[in-house]
Amino acid sequence: MSTVSDAAGSAAPAAKRRPVLSDRTKAERKLGWYLAGPAFIIMLAVTLYPILYAIWLSFFNYRLTDPAARKFVFLQNYVYALSDPLFWQTVETTFFIVVVTLIFELVIGMGIALVMHRIVLPRRTLRTIVLIPYSIITVVSAFAWLYAATPNLGFIDPWLHTLTFGLTDPTYNWFGGRWSSLFVICASEIWKTTPFMSLLLLAGLAQVDSSMEEAAKVDGATWWQRFYKVILPNMKGALMVAVLFRTLDAVRIYDNPQVMTGGANDTTTLSMLVGSTTVDRVEIGMGSALAVILFIIVLIIAAIFVRLFKVDLTSTGRS
Amino acid sequence: MTVAVATTGLAACGSSSSASGGRVTLNWYINPDGGGTNPTGGGQAQLAAECSTSNYKINVSVLPNSASDQQTQLLRRLAVGDSTVDLMSVDPAYISQFAAAGYFAPVPANMVSTFTAGRVQSSIDASTYDGKLIGVPFWANTQVLWYRKSVVAKAGLDMSKPVTWDQIIAAAQKTKTDIGVQAALYEGYSVWINALVAGAGGQIVENPSASAGDIKMGLNSAAGREAAAIIKKVATTGVGGPAMGSSEESQALTLFSTAGSSGFMVNWPYVWAALAPGAGNPVTWRNSDLGFARYPETVAGKPSAPPVGGIELAVSKYSKHTALAYQAAACITSVQHQEQYMIGTGNPASSKAVYTMPAILKAFPNGLAALISSSLDAGVPRPLSPYWGDISTGLQEKFSPPNAVNQNTAASAQSFILKVLAGKALE
Repeated sequence: MSTVSDAAGSAAPAAKRRPVLSDRTKAERKLGWYLAGPAFIIMLAVTLYPILYAIWLSFFNYRLTDPAARKFVFLQNYVYALSDPLFWQTVETTFFIVVVTLIFELVIGMGIALVMHRIVLPRRTLRTIVLIPYSIITVVSAFAWLYAATPNLGFIDPWLHTLTFGLTDPTYNWFGGRWSSLFVICASEIWKTTPFMSLLLLAGLAQVDSSMEEAAKVDGATWWQRFYKVILPNMKGALMVAVLFRTLDAVRIYDNPQVMTGGANDTTTLSMLVGSTTVDRVEIGMGSALAVILFIIVLIIAAIFVRLFKVDLTSTGRS
Repeated sequence: MTVAVATTGLAACGSSSSASGGRVTLNWYINPDGGGTNPTGGGQAQLAAECSTSNYKINVSVLPNSASDQQTQLLRRLAVGDSTVDLMSVDPAYISQFAAAGYFAPVPANMVSTFTAGRVQSSIDASTYDGKLIGVPFWANTQVLWYRKSVVAKAGLDMSKPVTWDQIIAAAQKTKTDIGVQAALYEGYSVWINALVAGAGGQIVENPSASAGDIKMGLNSAAGREAAAIIKKVATTGVGGPAMGSSEESQALTLFSTAGSSGFMVNWPYVWAALAPGAGNPVTWRNSDLGFARYPETVAGKPSAPPVGGIELAVSKYSKHTALAYQAAACITSVQHQEQYMIGTGNPASSKAVYTMPAILKAFPNGLAALISSSLDAGVPRPLSPYWGDISTGLQEKFSPPNAVNQNTAASAQSFILKVLAGKALE
């Protein structure tokens, strides 16, 4: 158990000694429930029911087109899924994409955020321009990258050929192999979601008290030390939100690889496997089991992050 | 033909529910064809317009391009009992799945003979599930062997007799030409594998109507190994072309159109129209040098089993106007309409009578019409199993890439597919 006192809230166990609440606090709480209650109930209705239904379905060997042969198999679907080489291959592909995109997005996004934080003059215009890739529908951007990387059609091959003074193949087939396909998939993902990352990080940067930075400057800290020891710790909340959101988004990646490769050359991701099992093969039971596994993976990642960053998500980011 | 139809006309239940005062609207979900939604385009939309009567009007909705997307879209509607689906154009690859799920209204007993008389056998087979007719044969497709007469002459191959795969591989090697095939990871590869297995007298699935757990496969057999050996030979000798592992119909046609390496190709009849001499077409040798013959034999002396495809019409069980929908199906698949459709779109008819009509003989000359018709009669459909989708995916995965196929491929594909069908493996 964490001994750090500031890890209150979601990551820490409930406090043992309940403080006595004043009447005013009680009334505030009640009002809070009245205000948030309806939204809470609606959210439960639209999320909890499908989740429970998926868990229920995952205990069956059930094909949509063969309802008569529906059979209760309890956890068998999970056993088969977790012992299947294809499943682990999709996990590997998915996490490769997650790790690569996250690292690049953090670095590039932070760079863009620092620039936007400092620049005063065309601030609004700059922010709008940076956000353009993020405003494009993912499927559309996936098609754009697909065509850009298609040999004899797209511009990537000829440009590379020109820029490297003829070293690269002018008709290189990016989607002919696993790693080159993943390269294009990751590149398009990075291009599209870095703006989102930089915007969240910019919000974090704005929270950092400039007097702290000045104090560090007076103490003779270099720029790197100031960044590493003052800015980053003070924007931990925003950093955590950015990294967590992007990770959970990337774990569920579907549209980019689906459009670009359709899963050819071992580029199937976990979400694509869920989709093809449930929708194309109408194996509702196994598909639900895979969806539940994906859901659990997401939960585990979220829990790990909350622990790791020791951040109370309900606070304002100052921990 | 119409006599049989007239007796069922009164049985249209629920036709009073239509808003347009007695005239019912029938919704027909069509696969994309050359006519699109144009009521004078020569495609299914034109047939819909021509078959509309004072009792009903046929509306068409176009399904997506690929067979698997068509299946997904129809399945979603049928699984929830959508009553606005009346007629469907269904690919044989998933007709059994829908039939097994009970999505089709039974064919009225008095119309069975109307829908089967004079049709090619493979099309009737593809519309039959568990011994009962469940769909209406509409149009039928088959592959033939296309070759260049000059290449054959150079190789000294006698095309007047049936040729084997081994013979054309040898001829292609000798003349340094290619054989266009379909071996990309898609349904067309399964079409080829099935034709090779059936040509060796085998069956990929021995009991197609069995449920998933009881399916018996015949891929791990002499026939399955013969098929794998031919694929391996085409791939490893290099006669399959430089990108055999990603070649579909259009790539095979491109390879065959390329002057220097063009030798042989297995493909559907649309090739004849596609290679027509005209502006912008680099192929100038169609009328002088293009030959066609029956699909090659897997084993010398055993008649080949040409691949068959096409489209069957089916009526949804959830339709409010099943009797009227079957009336419409009878009109759509009449001999005259099949001829019109074959001229308009190039999709071969399922009625044999069409193949002797002057307009068809003109469009498919030099005996091509007769070859298509006889190939359709000899053709063997892909296994009519409700699980064909899974079986096909498993085949494609295990037989890819083609140059890695070996004598164990058939056995490992069979055990993998059986595991998938039992829900013990993912694909």
